[in-house]
Amino acid sequence: MATQAFQKIYTKLNQITKATCSINASGVGNEELATVSGRLAQVVKILGENVTLQIFAGTEGIGTDAEVVFFGKPPTLKVSDQLGGRFFNAYGVPIDGGPEIEGTEVEIGGPSVNPVRRKQPSELIATGIAGIDLNNTLVTGQKIPFFADPDQPYNEVMAMVALRAQSDKIILGGMGLSNDDYLLYKNTFENAGVIDRIISFVNTTEDPTVERLLVPNMALTAAEYFALEKNEKVLVLLTDMTLYCDALSIVSNRMDQIPSKDSMPGSLYSDLAKLYEKAVQFPGGGSITIIAVTTLSGGDITHAIPDNTGYITEGQLFLKRDTDIAKVIVDPFRSLSRLKQLVIGTKTRADHPQVMNTAVRLYADAANAKTKLENGFDLSDYDERVLQFAKEYAEHILAIDVNVTTDAMLDITWDMFRRYFNRAEVGIKDEFMNIHWKKA
Amino acid sequence: MTKGIVKGIIANLVQVEVSGPVSQNEICYINLGGVKLMAEVIKVLGNVAYTQVFESTRGLRPGDTVEFTEHMLEVKLGPGMLSKNYDGLQNDLNKMEGVFLTRGEYTDPLDEESTWKFSPIAKAGDKVNGGDWLGSVPESWISHKIMVPFALEDEYTVKSIVTEGDYKINDTVAIITDKAGKDVPINMIQRWPVKVPIKAFKEKPRPFKLLETGVRTMDTLNPMVEGGTGFIPGPFGAGKTVLQHAISKNADADLIIVAACGERANEVVELFVEFPELDDPRTGRKLMERTIIICNTSNMPVASREASVYTAMTIAEYYRNMGLKVLLLADSTSRWAQALREMSNRMEELPGPDAFPMDLPAIVSSFYARAGFVYLNNETSGSITFIGTVSPAGGNLKEPVTESTKKAARCFYALSQARADSKRYPAVDPIDSYSKYLEYPEVIAYLNANVSPHWVDDVNLAKNILLRGKEAQEQINILGDDGVPLAYHDKQWKSELIDKIILQQDGFDKVDQSTPMIRQKYMLELILGICAKDFVFDSYDVVMPYYVKMINLCKQMNFLEMDNPEFKRYEAELNDVVEERRAK
Ligand SMILES: Nc1ncnc2c1ncn2[C@@H]1O[C@H](COP(=O)(O)OP(=O)(O)O)[C@@H](O)[C@H]1O
Ligand SMILES: [Mg+2]
Repeated sequence: MATQAFQKIYTKLNQITKATCSINASGVGNEELATVSGRLAQVVKILGENVTLQIFAGTEGIGTDAEVVFFGKPPTLKVSDQLGGRFFNAYGVPIDGGPEIEGTEVEIGGPSVNPVRRKQPSELIATGIAGIDLNNTLVTGQKIPFFADPDQPYNEVMAMVALRAQSDKIILGGMGLSNDDYLLYKNTFENAGVIDRIISFVNTTEDPTVERLLVPNMALTAAEYFALEKNEKVLVLLTDMTLYCDALSIVSNRMDQIPSKDSMPGSLYSDLAKLYEKAVQFPGGGSITIIAVTTLSGGDITHAIPDNTGYITEGQLFLKRDTDIAKVIVDPFRSLSRLKQLVIGTKTRADHPQVMNTAVRLYADAANAKTKLENGFDLSDYDERVLQFAKEYAEHILAIDVNVTTDAMLDITWDMFRRYFNRAEVGIKDEFMNIHWKKA
Repeated sequence: MTKGIVKGIIANLVQVEVSGPVSQNEICYINLGGVKLMAEVIKVLGNVAYTQVFESTRGLRPGDTVEFTEHMLEVKLGPGMLSKNYDGLQNDLNKMEGVFLTRGEYTDPLDEESTWKFSPIAKAGDKVNGGDWLGSVPESWISHKIMVPFALEDEYTVKSIVTEGDYKINDTVAIITDKAGKDVPINMIQRWPVKVPIKAFKEKPRPFKLLETGVRTMDTLNPMVEGGTGFIPGPFGAGKTVLQHAISKNADADLIIVAACGERANEVVELFVEFPELDDPRTGRKLMERTIIICNTSNMPVASREASVYTAMTIAEYYRNMGLKVLLLADSTSRWAQALREMSNRMEELPGPDAFPMDLPAIVSSFYARAGFVYLNNETSGSITFIGTVSPAGGNLKEPVTESTKKAARCFYALSQARADSKRYPAVDPIDSYSKYLEYPEVIAYLNANVSPHWVDDVNLAKNILLRGKEAQEQINILGDDGVPLAYHDKQWKSELIDKIILQQDGFDKVDQSTPMIRQKYMLELILGICAKDFVFDSYDVVMPYYVKMINLCKQMNFLEMDNPEFKRYEAELNDVVEERRAK
């Protein structure tokens, strides 16, 4: 970015760490943007004359005589319809060879929506995946992550969900995305012919780590423009939020903050909430839905990153490999969509909630039966039946390659109930038993 | 008034060089290009005041000016708070313009222009103290008492009081005179610093009256009492918020204050949408007519998140002093503790366990101590019942917030991940949870007098069956179905019967979601009646189908009103089933 006349220039750094540097300067505002030797940086701390900057691209090779230029404003993004179909880096600079965007310049990471101005989310997002639509129904304006081990096909599943969800815009925020996965998204969207609905802000594994701190706010600022100004349904994909948190911890450690659990900053909860709470249903019909990925290490959800995420998001989707059917399934135990009650049984068939809960309960019984089997005990007749049910349920409902309507998912489940169980074992309200038991 | 200059900025911690006296917790306003940002002094070192700003500090510069106000963070109390939606600093959210929250926009919590029909209670010549009732105005359905300001400590004499009529909150409704003969005009507004408890009452006995919540696992098994304290810890997704919402909808209280402290905005939107529509099961009025919502969601400023629980508690104390039964719910108190931790870290204080401030246990316990049942100066009673949720990191209850709260609260409603996973809602663990009130002789006497003469014995019997069932289950898991005597299976299923029918409750079913105490008594007696019977089984694999049949019939009953003829039909069918295998 070219230096402009009014900008203040300094050249004497007094401290350099891996991610930050300090300099004596006056009249500088908190969170203001600057460049240090041409690299973008942001003010993170001011003590008297001493200003600390976080340098997004890292401090390798920065000298104490580096030129520091202050911009007098926080990071911004130019928003307009021209964003559609474009690919940007973490700073919002085009990386697709296309022209610069013309539009209104807005600060990223802007204020929160007044809670009384929010509308209650009520529009179902159909994905065809029964592990989601039947057991963990998604709604526009929701924020939900996939909790997945690094070797699971979460990017593929997320791209598929994005394509099936009927949204006006899909905004991809890639953080530490491998080049292969970046191309996976790009090709999937191109092949589906929806590339003009896609906007990407991408920090790949080849880019500096700290840069990715800008990505979610860039994506969400663009999302707010389309959702609020254009009343569009916007789906924001954030992958991988664990790598975002790692960058947060790098910066806070460099600033000598006392780490809390798992060397994460004590403000991790608030930092993540500020992003995820940008998911919203606006009264004008526009909405921002956030689907994120939080990779786990060794499946541990008690680690500070998934733990804080779970406390913020409206549920989580767990992917798991089911060895009985040799497929990846949406785990019905640990997965949860907290907004499903806003649509199931009202926007979907009235028997949906009870069918869903009953099937999961029976699947839990199967898990117990399996434990019995592993411990070398005889199985009862019920155990045998419930195990057979579980296998079929995993294959026809939980597997991520299922693609049917919600009504079909319900009918398939009723059919399994009737073939494996008696009325009392199913234990659903007679109101629904009377309609669906015989029909099945 | 003291002025200051900004010297340092670390996120929302701002160091201000001051030119005069400042006090701990004093409020000041920082001028950011014409926008005034509210902040609170949290430490003073020499001539530098450390302030926590209740807003984003983006763009703030050293040299920006600061004005101190000489008062602490206060709430403005008076008629018109009912049904309002406030933020953590008591700004009326509905009065704010625009879709987004604008920093520096502070709105009046009360309505200056509304008129209220005032009726005097005191008369000229009466001796009065802080908190005594001078008159009342109808606020919705509540008789809102206009009180002598709590801040007035001595005895005063009522000099004059207006006659019945319509007044605005700023109008003088009475003049009271202190011992030195100085007149003090009284209007309908008073202010109170949120971090100081209101103590304008005569005595605070031990609580003794049941507070019905409609939630069976609480009312039957581990009851809450009027003026009691309790907490709900649980990992995310275990059902803390759904349980609190259920309590807020059905609890037998005059006034519910919900403090949404650092949690999801959509959960509060649910209240905004539902409460104006839903009926209060007891009075038939809309739920919103007895509710005040303090909403400081996770994306709103951290410092006002900390303030929000105090704002809520102070409003609760104000209404308690009118002789009302107030229920205060806070979701989640862990977010409040985390706000304390964020500030403490920025100030580079010596950290306690998990980097929380060292004095966390003291802060938590003095907050819980503000709840309670009181007798006011005029012998009427009022109460604040407080139930907070706790969100332990990693779901592990051995962490500072849970441990501090466990020392302070008398009821413990532990949500279990395993129960939530198998959809056994509400996921309150019946074995780990407790209500200390069940051991209070005055509570036992109250329950036995008001529910049934043998109620507490019945409850303890049910708890015992649950415990035996769990032990039997463990044995079966170790030894196998046929490795244990048949009686073990019977024990396990008797406990399952209580679990499924009494403890589990469908929070989304019209009938099942709330159970009045008479119905809880009826069902517990019915189920204990079955548990008291010996059944004849010839092998273990007939035990389960037999109990499953009974459970299914009882569940159908749970979904029906008791006066529905179908209810009786299912009950009759149940009795037939019971007879099938009853030992003669
Ligand atoms: N009593 C209940 N009945 C039915 N579902 C429940 C119940 N309690 C919780 N749930 C389910 O669990 C989800 C999470 O509950 P919630 O109270 O939001 O959890 P927490 O506040 O502990 O994170 C809800 O969205 C709902 O789907
Ligand atoms: Mg919650």
